[in-house]
Amino acid sequence: MIDTLLQQLDSLLLVLFGAGALAGAVLMLVLRQPMRVAMALISTMVLLGGIYGLLGVHFIAAFQVLIYVGAVMVFMVYVIMLLEVREAVAARYSNWLVPGTGAAVLLLGTLCFSVWHGLAAQPAAPVPASGSGAAAFGIARFSASFLSEYWLHFELTSVLLLAAVVAALAVIRVSRRSREATSHG
Amino acid sequence: MDKTSLLLGLAIALFVLGLLGVIVRRNVLVMLMCMELMLNGVNLSLVTFSQQSGDTAGAVLVFLVFVVATVEIALAIPIVLLLVRDKRTLDLAAYGDLKG
Repeated sequence: MIDTLLQQLDSLLLVLFGAGALAGAVLMLVLRQPMRVAMALISTMVLLGGIYGLLGVHFIAAFQVLIYVGAVMVFMVYVIMLLEVREAVAARYSNWLVPGTGAAVLLLGTLCFSVWHGLAAQPAAPVPASGSGAAAFGIARFSASFLSEYWLHFELTSVLLLAAVVAALAVIRVSRRSREATSHG
Repeated sequence: MDKTSLLLGLAIALFVLGLLGVIVRRNVLVMLMCMELMLNGVNLSLVTFSQQSGDTAGAVLVFLVFVVATVEIALAIPIVLLLVRDKRTLDLAAYGDLKG
């Protein structure tokens, strides 16, 4: 009795979080000010973190909030405040609005259809024993396979980070050179 | 509708909305944020699949996507700052001479 109640509460929360995330994504397209768009994106990300928590992958939920909201979006908000958009009346949408929307609707339909088709064609998936996803795997299994099976991929990200540092230095040099060119010319 | 198809539908919707934002919006910062939204949609589908199959590969890939998203923002923001210093606007139409 309590179990089914909890499960229903679980799915209710899932639907609520999903609807909230979707609303945030739609607001991102509609709002004019970059700061409000950033707030909508932050709410979407936090709600997605809630969904991850409900799915039982709490470590991904934590990193979603820590990395995305805590690092990426704070950086973004900082830059928005730094730039402090001056243009008074800028058009919100480019003239790709109509064809872009049409193509997006088409893409949405195609993706939904193919995914739905694939799910229907799949033989009833072996659902994890407990029913809810909570018992699928925890952080112990995740970290063991992360550092044993996927250690090479993990190390390759350090190459990516190194490339990013080098690229950032290159960007700084370009900006310095352009500044010198303007000051001399 | 069961949980998996619901979550996959949400992931697809987030991805398509992000793509639409990249196409139709004119503000460069908003476009960057829409790219983040696309990555979030992909992450959601990865988590859903990895939970459904009980395999950790999807969760590992989510972590790698986190790194990629952070690197992308860390490089895109200085480039946007340079562009804004040059053109004095965030409007994409002003950057037409980047076409080469």
